[in-house]
Amino acid sequence: MTITTADLVELELPAGIDRARATAILAERLAASGRVTDRDGFLADVRAREEQMATGLDGGIGIPHARSAHVAEASVAFGRSADGVDFGAEDGPATLIFLIAAPDGAGADHMKILGALARKLIHAEFKDGLRGAPDAAAAATIINEGVGA
Amino acid sequence: MRIVAVTACPTGIAHTYMAAESLEVAAKAAGHEITVETQGSAGSTPLSAEELAQADVAILAADIGVKGRERFAHLPIVEGPVKRGINDAAGMLAEAQAAVDAKPAEDPAAKLDTTGKLQANPAMSSVVAPGYKPGKGAMLRQWLMTGVSYMIPFVAASGLLIAIAFLIGGPEIATKVNGGAFDGQTYKPIADLSDIWGQVGIAGVLFKIGNLGFTLIVPVLAGFIAYGMADRQGLAPGLIGGLLADSVKAGFLGGIIAGLLAGAIVLAINRVPVHKNVRGIMPTVVTPLVSTLIVGVVMIAVVGSPVASLMGSINGWLEDLNGSSAWILGGVLGLMMAFDMGGPVNKVAYSFGALTLAGPTGNQEVMGAIIAAGMTPPLALALSTVVAKKLWTTEEREAGKAAWLLGASFITEGAIPFAAADPLRVIPSLMAGSATAGALSMALNASSPAPHGGIWIIALVGSPGLWLLSIVAGTVVSAVCVSFAKTVRRAPAATATSSAGAAPTTLTTAVQG
Repeated sequence: MTITTADLVELELPAGIDRARATAILAERLAASGRVTDRDGFLADVRAREEQMATGLDGGIGIPHARSAHVAEASVAFGRSADGVDFGAEDGPATLIFLIAAPDGAGADHMKILGALARKLIHAEFKDGLRGAPDAAAAATIINEGVGA
Repeated sequence: MRIVAVTACPTGIAHTYMAAESLEVAAKAAGHEITVETQGSAGSTPLSAEELAQADVAILAADIGVKGRERFAHLPIVEGPVKRGINDAAGMLAEAQAAVDAKPAEDPAAKLDTTGKLQANPAMSSVVAPGYKPGKGAMLRQWLMTGVSYMIPFVAASGLLIAIAFLIGGPEIATKVNGGAFDGQTYKPIADLSDIWGQVGIAGVLFKIGNLGFTLIVPVLAGFIAYGMADRQGLAPGLIGGLLADSVKAGFLGGIIAGLLAGAIVLAINRVPVHKNVRGIMPTVVTPLVSTLIVGVVMIAVVGSPVASLMGSINGWLEDLNGSSAWILGGVLGLMMAFDMGGPVNKVAYSFGALTLAGPTGNQEVMGAIIAAGMTPPLALALSTVVAKKLWTTEEREAGKAAWLLGASFITEGAIPFAAADPLRVIPSLMAGSATAGALSMALNASSPAPHGGIWIIALVGSPGLWLLSIVAGTVVSAVCVSFAKTVRRAPAATATSSAGAAPTTLTTAVQG
């Protein structure tokens, strides 16, 4: 089970977009790949989560995410933004954005792999690797290898 | 030092694990031993009794209630939002160290009693991280959502059982079970539940189960709002407060009050410093006793009597209004039906209609308007979850499917989960549509000889076509209103480029990590 592919990576998010737009762009990728079955429904679930508490974290990370009935397979879409997108973190906008999609009622395997991804986000070498990834395929490989898949 | 920690976040797929990793990395770097229990979606390995017994300090990095919090009663606790665990694990460790250093030398025997069970440590102290203050709005919404998500299965199970009972037993089944008059026939209530099979058959049984189940809606809402605030200690005062809200006819709005009050009181009691001899019985005896007493007295004395006098004065006012234009009366009754959906105002409107029906004039139009207005709220929400589905969460959309049948069966309570989660947007919208339905139904002289049953009494209704038209019109009005209200300050992400990101600023800036 791989949680991402090159098709789910967008290394050049447009400048000047807000978090809703950035999330929508990444959700579109997930929907196009069939990993999300209903883009709008999934986005509503992500937004509901985001409204509980912003998902921006120190160090330029944004992790919009949701468990949703509209997700077929545990997945992450990765976006990189040179300008940064505000995800509500105190130290500034996020340059690395991970849209995490978890299927509702999925087994522990799906959740473990997403938990492994979350743990990776703490480590600087993982983030630096993604910041320096030359292309989408390289970024996808870093993420998949990072979670041990 | 030896640390036990719990991390938890609302979704349980990201922050929980990031905080765990961050704490583990920081603890290792500082030479501490740490075991983290991740209370997330992947399931967690619970802390062992041994780890708990040997620990010097507990760190809780959580945005939702920590499960099994009482396990840490013997330890100093350092607590903060899950984001602090991620962004400032080192700071939390430093605080933990300070808490351990500040603790006086302890009697090791106090940690484990002879059965190996944890005992309260006399030196217990709680160090709460300064600045742990999520925004009030965000907290409130979270508490309400906790209550609502536990309530939804009760509404769905009970409501659908009633609807099925109407389907197979005819709309008079409710009167056959509870007694009263239906379309000129008078029935005696079923006195002994063991006779119900023989007297009214399977439909009556289904109705009774659903009807009784409905009495749990408000207590469960109140109980789990309090649970969301104060963990399991909130449950007893919340459930009992909710039961009282129902008894004093304060409806689900009364239930919300009871739940919030119960949670707040438990939290307040837990802040009071108590003597070490009493501490052990606080969570099991003192806190439930005191909080239930206060909530109960408030519900009866402070909420109950104003509700009763309010009901009296609204009823008198309705009597006065009876002489004015029919459509005004219908509209006002509609507003009332949708205001609290089973609460005091709704009950006054409904019994006004029922009494008019049973009274000397035998006027059936008032009842027709009331049923139309009471069917509208769930139908409108069901419609909105279909045509504007991106405005609703998955859970709400699932509830929307049941709401079709609940609305069609005149089970206005089907709208409560939506209203309780977001009352300020949902209730006024529903009132607009119900007023439309009530006013139209009255103006068009539609009538109902039956006091309930919804769409299933269509064969008995006078001017059924116009009556249906009123219901559809009201449904559309409410659906449009509620869909619009939901977009205000919560623009859909797919189309919005600026408003959605800027919208929930009060929520997003609320947590200081």
